[in-house]
Amino acid sequence: MRQLIAALRKEMLLQWRTRAQILAIFVFGATSLLLFSFAVGPNSTALRLHAAGFLWLALLLSSTLALAESFQLETEQKGLEGLLLLPASARAMYYAKAIANAFQLSILGIALVPVMVVLYDVSIENLFGVFGVIVLGAAGLSAPGTIYSAMASQARAKQTLLPLLLFPLVVPVLLASVKATSLLIAGDPMGQLKSWVTLVTSFDLIYWSLCGLVFGRVVED
Amino acid sequence: MSDPLFDNAASEGRPVVAWVLIGLGIATLLFGSYVGLFVAPQEKFMGEVYRILFVHVPTAWNALLALTFAFGCALMFLFRGDWRWDARLEAGIEIGVVLSFLLCCQGAIWAKPTWGVWWDWDPRLTTTAVLLAAFLGILALRRFVDDPVKRATWSSVATVIAYVDVPIVYFSVKWWNSLHQMQSTPNTVSSAFHLPLRVNAIGILLLLIGVITLRTRIAKMRLREELAPPEPAAGSAMEYAPGAGR
Amino acid sequence: MRGVSRRYGRRWALIDVSFTVPHGKVVMVAGRNGSGKSTLLRVLSTAIRPDLGTAKIEGFDLKHERDDVRRKVAILGHASYTYDELSAIENLQLMARLVGVDSSREAMLHLLNQVGLAERAEDSINTFSAGMRKRISLARVLLQKATVVMLDEPYGQLDPPGFRFIDGMVRHLRDEGVTLLMATHQLERASALCDLGIVLDRGRLTWEGAAKDLPSEGGLEPAGTPEGGP
Repeated sequence: MRQLIAALRKEMLLQWRTRAQILAIFVFGATSLLLFSFAVGPNSTALRLHAAGFLWLALLLSSTLALAESFQLETEQKGLEGLLLLPASARAMYYAKAIANAFQLSILGIALVPVMVVLYDVSIENLFGVFGVIVLGAAGLSAPGTIYSAMASQARAKQTLLPLLLFPLVVPVLLASVKATSLLIAGDPMGQLKSWVTLVTSFDLIYWSLCGLVFGRVVED
Repeated sequence: MSDPLFDNAASEGRPVVAWVLIGLGIATLLFGSYVGLFVAPQEKFMGEVYRILFVHVPTAWNALLALTFAFGCALMFLFRGDWRWDARLEAGIEIGVVLSFLLCCQGAIWAKPTWGVWWDWDPRLTTTAVLLAAFLGILALRRFVDDPVKRATWSSVATVIAYVDVPIVYFSVKWWNSLHQMQSTPNTVSSAFHLPLRVNAIGILLLLIGVITLRTRIAKMRLREELAPPEPAAGSAMEYAPGAGR
Repeated sequence: MRGVSRRYGRRWALIDVSFTVPHGKVVMVAGRNGSGKSTLLRVLSTAIRPDLGTAKIEGFDLKHERDDVRRKVAILGHASYTYDELSAIENLQLMARLVGVDSSREAMLHLLNQVGLAERAEDSINTFSAGMRKRISLARVLLQKATVVMLDEPYGQLDPPGFRFIDGMVRHLRDEGVTLLMATHQLERASALCDLGIVLDRGRLTWEGAAKDLPSEGGLEPAGTPEGGP
C-alpha cells in the first residue's frame, strides 16, 4: 500500500538520523556478550558450545532497548497520533514499524556475530545461514515487540513492562533460533535444522498476521 | 446509554451459588483426595509419590480450562465491547495464574523424590512455566494502566496473543527437550486410578467456577465505580436545542 | 454534538456538552484552564473518544465513521505532531504521501511559504521554537485541506507578530469557508474574529451565544487549576 511505503520511508529516515543510539545499543549488546563470558569462566569448550545461546540472549536484551527507542520517537511530539488523524491506516503504520524494527534488530544481530566469533572462539560453518536465522528470529521478536512497545510507551513502569510481556512470548523464537544457529555454527549431523527453521517461520507468519490485525485497537484512544 | 454492566447491578444479591459451588468443590476434592491417598493401590514403578498425580493432573486440566476461558472472554470483549467480559477476563487470568503456579509447584514436588531434581524441563511443565510468566505479565499490564478502556482493550489483545502462543511453546519445548531424552510425567494411567482423578477434576472444576464467579463480581463492582457517569449539575440541566441549522 | 462526556481516570473533564456549530462559522471556546476546552476539541477531532454522548461532523458519526471524520477535520494542538529528528519538509512530505496529495518539494515549499517557514525547510524540527512548531502544525492543517479545523490555544507561546500571523490564518481559513473552533484565552482578539462563542466551566457548557456578547468573566480570571488531561 502507498501508506505502508510512505511510513517505511519515514522509519528508515528516522533510523538513519538516530544511528548514534543504535550504535550505543550495539555496544550494550557487545558488552553483554563479554559479561556472559565472565559468568561462564575461561572455559573455552563451554563458551564455544553455548555461543549461539549467548548471542541470542544479547540480542534479546538489546531488543528491549531498540524497540522502546523506536516508539519513544512516536510519542514525544505525538507523531503517530498525528499520522493516524490524517487519517492513516493503523495497520500500515504497524507493518512499517515492525519491518523497520526487524531490520534494525537484524543489523544488530549480524553486527554481534563477529563479536561472538572473537570472544567465544567460534568458527562458523555456514555464515549466511546464520545471517538468515538472525533475520527470521529478529522478525519474530519484532512482530509482538512492536505491539508491546506501543502499549508500554503509554503505561507506567515502561521499562519493565516491555520485557515482562515480550520475553515469555518469544520463548519459541529463542529456542528455535539458538538451536538453528548452533547447528549452523557446528554442523548438523542429524538434519534437524529444517524443523527449527520451520518453527521460527511459522511463529513469524502467525504473529505478523495476528499483530497486524490487533494493532489498531492498541493505539486508538 | 444502557450498559449491561450497570443494568444488572441492582439485581445482584449475595453470591449464594458461588459459595455453594465452592463448598461442593472442596467436599468433592476432599473425597477424591481421600480415595487417592488411602484407597487407591500402590503404583508399580513409582511407589507412593505418584499419588500427587491425583491433584496434579486435574489441576493441569483446570488451569488450561481457566486460561481458555480467559481467551474466550478476551475475544468477546474485543468483539462486543461488553464490560462484563472484561471483569470475567480479569477473574479468568488470575485464577489461571494461581492454578499454573500450583501446577509448577506440584511438578517440582513430584520431580524431586522421583528424579532427584526440582525441575526436569518436561514439555508440559515448562510450557506451564512460560504460560505463568506470560499471564503474570498481563496481570502486571492491568496494574500499570489506569484508564479502564485501555486496560481492558490491551489486556484482551495481550491475552489473545499469549494464548495463541501456547501450542507453539509446547511444541518448541517438546522438540527441544527430545534431544536430551529426559523422562517426563507418565501419560497413560490405568483404570484403577481413574476414579480419584475424575473426582478431583470435578472438585477443582467446581472450585474454579465458584471462585471465578466471586472474583468476577469483585471486578464488576470496581468497574462500576470506575465507569460511573458524572453526577448531574448542581444548577439547571444544560441542554441546548440545536442552534442555526447546518 | 449531544451529551458529549469524557473522563480521565476518576475525573470527568467534559460533562454532557451539547451544541451545534453551523457551517462555515468561527466559534470561540472560552473557559478557565482545566475547564475542558482542549478535551472538547480533541474529542471532536477524534484524537480521543467520548465516553458518553454522540456527535456528527459534516454528517459523519464521530464514533462509528472515524476515518471519514478524520478526512474532514484537522486539529492544531499543543503537541506539534511531528517527528523531531526529521526536517520540516520531510515531515510534510510524509504527511502528504499518506494523505495522497502532491508531495513534491515545490508543493511542500509552497506550503511552508504560506506559514513563513520556507527558510527553515531543511532544518530538523528539534531546532524549532514553540512559535515555529505552531507554524509547521498549521502547515499540516493547510495540507489536510480540512473543512473543519480545531485550534487549541493557537495564540499560546507566541509573540505579537505571531498573534497577527494567527489572525491572518484564521481569516484566511474563514474566507475559504472552513468551520473553525478556537479554544483560547485571548477573548478580545478572538471575539473580533469569531461569530459565535461558548463557555465551558469545569467540563460543562455554561453559556452559548454571539461572540461579541461573551460575558467578560469567560476566561479572564487568573489561571486556576492546571490544564487537565494529556
